[in-house]
Formats: sequence, structure tokens, C-alpha cells
Amino acid sequence: MRKTLLAGTALVAAAAAPSFAQNMEGTLTIVSWGGAYSASQQNAYHAPYLEKNPGVTIVNDESSAEAVARLRAMTEAGNVTWDIVDVTGADAIRLCDEGLAMEIDHNEWLAPAPDGTPATEDFGETIHTDCFIPQIVFSTTFGYRTDVEAWEGREPDDLCDVFDLEAFPGTRSLERRPISNLEWALICDGVAIDDVYDVLETNEGQARAFAKLDTIKDSTIWWTAGAETPQRLADGEVVIGSTYNGRLFSLIVEQNQPVKMLWDWQTFDLDGWIIPADVPDEKLPLIKDYIRFATDTQRLADQAKYISYGPARASSAPLVSTHAELGIEMAPHMPTDPNNAGNTFLFNYEWWADNRDDLDAKFQAWLTR
Amino acid sequence: MTDATLGGPSRAPSREEQAAMAEKSEGGVMLAADGTPLKLSLARSLRRKRLRAFLLVLPLLAFVLLTFIAPIADMLFRSVENQIIPDNMPRTVAALEEWDPAESELPPDAAFEALVLDMVEMEAAKSHTRVGSRLNYEQSGMSGLFRKTGRRADRVEGDYRAGLIAIDEEWGERQTWTTLKNFSGAYTLGYFLSAVDMTYGETGEIVAKPELQQIYMFLFERTLWLSLAITGTTLLLGYPIAYLLANLPMRTSNLLLILVLLPFWTSLLVRTSSWIVILQQQGVLNDTLVALGLIDDQNRLSLIFNQTGTIVAMTHILLPFMILPLYSVMKTIPPSYVRAAKSLGATNWTAFWRVYFPQSIPGIGAGAILVFILSIGYYITPELVGGTSGVFISNRIAYHISSSLNWGLAAALAVILLIAVMGLYWLYDRIVGIDNVKLG
Repeated sequence: MRKTLLAGTALVAAAAAPSFAQNMEGTLTIVSWGGAYSASQQNAYHAPYLEKNPGVTIVNDESSAEAVARLRAMTEAGNVTWDIVDVTGADAIRLCDEGLAMEIDHNEWLAPAPDGTPATEDFGETIHTDCFIPQIVFSTTFGYRTDVEAWEGREPDDLCDVFDLEAFPGTRSLERRPISNLEWALICDGVAIDDVYDVLETNEGQARAFAKLDTIKDSTIWWTAGAETPQRLADGEVVIGSTYNGRLFSLIVEQNQPVKMLWDWQTFDLDGWIIPADVPDEKLPLIKDYIRFATDTQRLADQAKYISYGPARASSAPLVSTHAELGIEMAPHMPTDPNNAGNTFLFNYEWWADNRDDLDAKFQAWLTR
Repeated sequence: MTDATLGGPSRAPSREEQAAMAEKSEGGVMLAADGTPLKLSLARSLRRKRLRAFLLVLPLLAFVLLTFIAPIADMLFRSVENQIIPDNMPRTVAALEEWDPAESELPPDAAFEALVLDMVEMEAAKSHTRVGSRLNYEQSGMSGLFRKTGRRADRVEGDYRAGLIAIDEEWGERQTWTTLKNFSGAYTLGYFLSAVDMTYGETGEIVAKPELQQIYMFLFERTLWLSLAITGTTLLLGYPIAYLLANLPMRTSNLLLILVLLPFWTSLLVRTSSWIVILQQQGVLNDTLVALGLIDDQNRLSLIFNQTGTIVAMTHILLPFMILPLYSVMKTIPPSYVRAAKSLGATNWTAFWRVYFPQSIPGIGAGAILVFILSIGYYITPELVGGTSGVFISNRIAYHISSSLNWGLAAALAVILLIAVMGLYWLYDRIVGIDNVKLG
């Protein structure tokens, strides 16, 4: 009873919202990652919002990669010039813990789904801290070249083929950080997925993961920027490598390179907005208005026309349509598509927040040895 | 003395006046046109001049102090600063003062009570997560422990000890409390200990980190060694080029000088990326070698994403910093000296080695110190082409600034790097002599 009532009011509110919404004015400084990702936000969020509110100016700042450090510096200097910042889920936890990001009431800030489901239910688990407003689900997964002669026609279809130098010789490209790599190593060393983090918490478990990575260490190049693996795959410098699935999508579909996806045990990760804790009060109405617009069901589904990342709202998934320029169906390229999501795991944010510093030191020490 | 004060202007005599008076008592003194002693009036005008000069540089001095020295000092100060703990957990800090981890396994009940009270207050101020992240740099799991405890601390009543341990067993471990005690002061050595691969043990003693986590000393050593290697290669390559430039006719040398400067004006990232294109396994160089049949297709050389890559790319990028000072010094060496040496019977080699080379040493000194200091703090090129064996300490500093947010450790590493550079500079001054360095 209570739920239907709630849903009912939400529906009324949603229907009434446009007529009440007055035109906004002012300047928004929005920080994001640049490249194809910022372009997808420009097309799906900024452009329609600016059309609705001609009095608003959006200033794009492409410094998400160093957002955590810069936001801290700005806050300490007492001069926060950013209004909305796009960060990964892990960075959002750090910013929230440090008190640099604003804690928000998701149901108050975010629009409900078209059927009236409140935002917190529609976004579900993707809201992992009180500061984080999710946009997309992306995954870190593998791509491999399809024309490697030494593989004699075999194609990898299992994550553990990455660790199999005999059947699939050649150079690998892995990210220069412990996250995902250690989990993958343990999975391929025979640890059940539910036990991975328990095992990784012990010294023996860590030694086991590093020992597994040792088997391919000599044939691995380590990347720090998401563009490196696609470039190396295209050059033939590596035969198999991990990166964000959207990067591989553009390599395969937009650039037609002889590369295929290996979705097995992709690591899901989140990306979304945070609001700096110290934005001036008079800016808040505009920020709220933009966020409510840019994270509604339709907008999140629209973004998937431009980049192959899955919308964070459950209600957006059925609305995902075709690529804006190529006209192909986007659903089969989404990390969340059932055909791709056979074996997946969600990056364990809390566990990594606790253990990242320690394991990172160990990982770097292992790399230099 | 009293008479002088009464008769003269009503102020205490300055040092100059005293000196002048002392001289007067010894004998006659020269007077300026206005009757004051000449020495005094000279000193005055000199002082005025000095003051004017100081006032002229004052804006620049203030600018440098405010925008350069002060922020750096502030940043470096973070390497010892630990105010966050005593500020947020005053009761716990006080309660742990008496406790000696070496004597008893766990602190007294008062400490447990103090922690719960502090935690409730921190939760209300939303600062418990910040304190937790701070302590997580010292002990893994502290961040989660504080988040979890903060959520439930207000429900702990009566037996605080049992209540806390019920929230998380970590509160029953000595290590947790030792970490709290070790980092309870407003200032800490902890960041510096981490920066030299040390840490506090279970009872508060200083011990080496487990071997698996030792990384910084090794990186410092590698940074030093690679920077020296890069300085050496730039000197080896730069010296003949500078010599050529200095001894060719003006028109040709100007043309060649543009060739030296052209890469200097090209974006750093472009130059670094082009080295990737040239040196990678499927790159230009390897392709050429395979086509010439010099190496086998299966055994292409690994020239990048390792130390070789760092040395090659950085040598190229820093080469102008060696060539330019060398060139400007060599330009001032009169060619007649070498001709004179030869006419007196010296061989080409002797004339170069005994006459020309010693005169070019100030240029070598300047170039070497420029290249060395630039490369010891280099960041972007090693990050892109260094792989795992060619990265520098600055890459770790950058990681702690921008990614882990452990600015204290980054500051400690930077302080050590700064001290190391200043130490080397001192050594350099002793051996080469900084007066011998010439930029032109």
C-alpha cells in the first residue's frame, strides 16, 4: 500500500516536473575524462540540457584523471572552482571518506524511473556511497588479435588462456596496478570466485597471486592509460591485453582492427558524478537541476548511443538503442549483455579501499624485482 | 659621551658616527662639504643605494617567496605533520599516553572508553573516515575499521572493551592500538620511516618493512644511477656536436643550431611517443633489422618499456641542455690557442686534450649539472617508456600525490630527494667547484 502510494506521488511529481521547472541561468564547470567519453556526455547530457536552458553555460574541464588530488588542493585552498566532477567508483569512496565530496539524498536529488520506482531502487547497488551518483557500468576486460600465426587458429575463450603461454604465446598488456590482476590470477589458480577476497587478504593468498602472475611477467607490458592497450593491439605489439571495454569497442567496431573481445571474468566498475563538498550554496539549485536531468532514465540510455558503456539505471537498459553514427545495435556490445556477462565480478570497493595502499606497495615492489 | 649626546642631535650615535668619533680622537679627519666626516657621509649614501636596490628587487623577492618558496615549504612540512589525530581523538591520545605496548597486550579500559567517545564525536562531525584513511596508510584495514566502528559506536554502552571488540575483532589486537599510539602525536616520523622502507613494529620499535614491500630505497638508487647514466650519454653525444657547432663558419653553424633547437621546441609528449614508434618490437628499428636479416623475426629486440627505453628517450630529450652550455663556452675559446699549441709541436690529440679540453670544462660542468638535476626529477618520459624497470622515484611521488592521496609520504620522499640533490651539489662544488660552471 505504502509503496504504491509512494510510487503514485513520484509519478505525479515526475509528470508535473517539466511544467514547474523554470529556466536556469548561470555557469556550470563540469569535470570529465575527455576524449570519446566526454563527447558522449556532450551529446547525451549537455546538448539537450543547454537547449532547454539557453541561459546556462557549461564549461568543460578534462581533468578527471587527477580530480582527486586537485579537488583536495582546491578544498584546502578554500577555492573550489568545480561544480560537478566525473570520477570512478573507487575515487568517489576516497573523496567521500576524505570529506571532499558532498553527501546527498539520492531520492531527493535524482529523478525516479518512468514507472515511479524511486531512484535508489532503480540505481540499486551502483549507489555504493552517499556521495556517488552513478552514470555507467564499464568493465575491464580483454581483447586479443585474431591473426596470430603462432596460435594456429586457436582463439582464447577463457580468462586463463591469458596465463597460458604455450597455447597462446606472445606479449600481454596488463594494467600497472594490483586491482583486477590479482583477482584474475587467483581465479586462474583455482580459487572460487566467492573466496577470492578472503584468500587475497592473507599473505599466502597474495604470494599465490603473485606467483601466478610471475608465470607471465616476462611477457607482459604494463599500461597506465586506457588508450595504451588498444594502440598496442593495433600495432601488433601485444597479442592480448586488458583495458576498458569501450576502448576495445571503438578499436573493433569503429576502427575495424582484427581484434576480438574476451569477456570471460570481466571486472565491473562504476563511473559517475560527485559534487564537491564546498560548492557555494547559491550554485546548488543549478547543480541539482542539471544532475536530475542528466541522470534520468532517458539521458542515461541516450549515452549508450555514443559509447558502449552500460547505463547504471535498471530502467535505462530496455531503452538502449543503436549507435548514433554506425546504426548498429549497441546491446550486444554492452558489458552487461547476458551473452557477455557469463562470468563477471564486481570490483569489491570496500575491500580495496582498505587494502589498496598495502597491496599497491607490494605490487610495485613485485614489479621492480 | 654624555656631552656629545647633549650637544649633537638627540639620538644615540650610530656605529658609523662612533667609528668617525674614534678616528677623530686619534687624529685629524676629512670632512665632506656639509661638514660631516667624509667616511660617515659615504657610508650613508652607500646605505641609501643598497636600500634602493633592495626596494627594487623587493617585489620579485616577495613574489618568489609567496608563490614558490612558501608553497614548497608548506608541502614539505606535511612530511612530519600529523595534527589530524590529536585534533580528532584527544581523549584516546591522552588515555594511550600511559600505556606501554611492550609491557601489556592491550591498553587499559579507559582507552576503550575514550575511543568510543571520540568515535561518536567524529561520526557526528563526519571526520572518522578521514582519520581512518590517514591511519590506513600505516596499517591496512584501518579505513574499513573506522568506517564500521563509526557507524555503530553510539550503540556501545557499559562494557566498552567488549563492545568495541564485538564490533570488530581488530580492536582486540595489539597492533591496532600500537598504531594508534605511534601516530598519536602532532608530529610524526612515520612518513620518513615509510620513505626509507621502515615501519613501527608491534611494540613500537622501528623495524625494516617485510622484504616484499621494500621499494623506495631501491627506487632512489635506481633514479640516481639512471640519472648519472643519462648525464654521461648526453655528454658523450653532446660534446662532439657542440664542438662542431662552435668551429664551423657562422652560416652553417646557425643552420645546425636550429636542428638542435627544433626538437627542443617540439612537445615533450610527441618526442616521447615517437620513440615508442621507433623502438617498439613491431617498430621502425626492429622492422628494419628484421628486413636486413640482422635479427630473427621471433627474437625482436626489447628496446622500450624498460631501462633502455628510458635512457634513450631521456638522452634525446635532455640533449639540448648539454649542447647549449657547451656550445656557448666553446664559442669563447680562442682558436689561436690550439693553433699555437700545434705550432709548438703538439699533436692534434695533445693540443685538444691539454689546451682545448681544459677550457671547455666549465661548459661540461654546467651541462652536466643541468641534465642531472633535470633528469633526477623527471616524470613523464619514464612513465611512458620506462615499463617497470625504467621508472623513477618521481613516478611514485606522483602516484602518492594524485592517486593514493598520501601527501605526507609524497612529501617525505620529496624531502629526501631534495636533500640528496643538495648533497650531490655540495659534493660537486667540492670536486669541480661551482665557480667553474659557466653558462656562456
